[in-house]
Amino acid sequence: MNYLLRGIGVVAAVGVISLLAFSLPSGEAHGDGGSHTLPKLAHKNWQQECASCHIAYSPAFLPKASWRRLMSGLDQHFGENASLDPATQADILRFLEANAADAGTSSMGRRVMQGMNPNEAPLRITETRWFVRKHDEVSAATWSRKSIGSAANCAACHRQAEQGVFDEDTVRIPK
Amino acid sequence: MIERIVRIALATLGMASAMAGAADSPAGLMAQYAKQAGVPVSALSAPRGAALYRTEHPGRDGQAVSCAACHTANPTQAGRTRVGKRIEPLAPAANPQRFTDAAKVEKWFRRNCQDVLQRECSAQEKGDFIAWLSQAR
Repeated sequence: MNYLLRGIGVVAAVGVISLLAFSLPSGEAHGDGGSHTLPKLAHKNWQQECASCHIAYSPAFLPKASWRRLMSGLDQHFGENASLDPATQADILRFLEANAADAGTSSMGRRVMQGMNPNEAPLRITETRWFVRKHDEVSAATWSRKSIGSAANCAACHRQAEQGVFDEDTVRIPK
Repeated sequence: MIERIVRIALATLGMASAMAGAADSPAGLMAQYAKQAGVPVSALSAPRGAALYRTEHPGRDGQAVSCAACHTANPTQAGRTRVGKRIEPLAPAANPQRFTDAAKVEKWFRRNCQDVLQRECSAQEKGDFIAWLSQAR
């Protein structure tokens, strides 16, 4: 009985702590935002489908119009057929739109939108002005290193990219 | 009347799940593809499957593509996608998860046959492919 009560106490404490933890990023978003950590997002199809070939790029890296364009051309996805059944495709698009750079749900998204023209809908995250500015010190030779492959491979240098952490001190550029 | 409908529904459900269960293994999928192709399972060919895996074809951008290009020459080894993400081995001997989910298998045949061959694969080709991978050690 005592254990049961203690168990409930622990669960409640964890709940309160995680609530606090999740409310922090939105609080930070009111300032100019020093953190380069993305909000933790969970969506089964997004994680399962988008992360089969590359990391599940955060919806916060592109505006809604980009995601709509991208998801309507999955049969020719940067030279590869990544087609999905219509139900899964629609489900993922809803999630991407709800958390897109211009959805107002993340400070990362606000930063991405700062350099974006209103009619712009880039298909590549690496084409956004925000990305280019952030990576202007990385040479073409570095991008094409075998250990990196291309700028699409975030996790090659951002060692915690899969956890949504992009802080500068987690960056290690491989030889 | 209602009892009969319920009984038919249950029987159909049972059959569907039995079929799904039977298909969701390399052997089950081979049987299913052989049936689709109208040949006995014994007519599936591992050497033909190996050739399908290794043969290079001109890709959409003119560059040579093959299954082995991403999955590596040895399917018991992990491969790498074009953007550098690890692909778990294709051969069930190295990765028991492979060919255990019919919908997933169909999804990847649809995508990758289009990318490598510029067309869908036939049921016979799919059966050959699994026949070869099932015995890869």
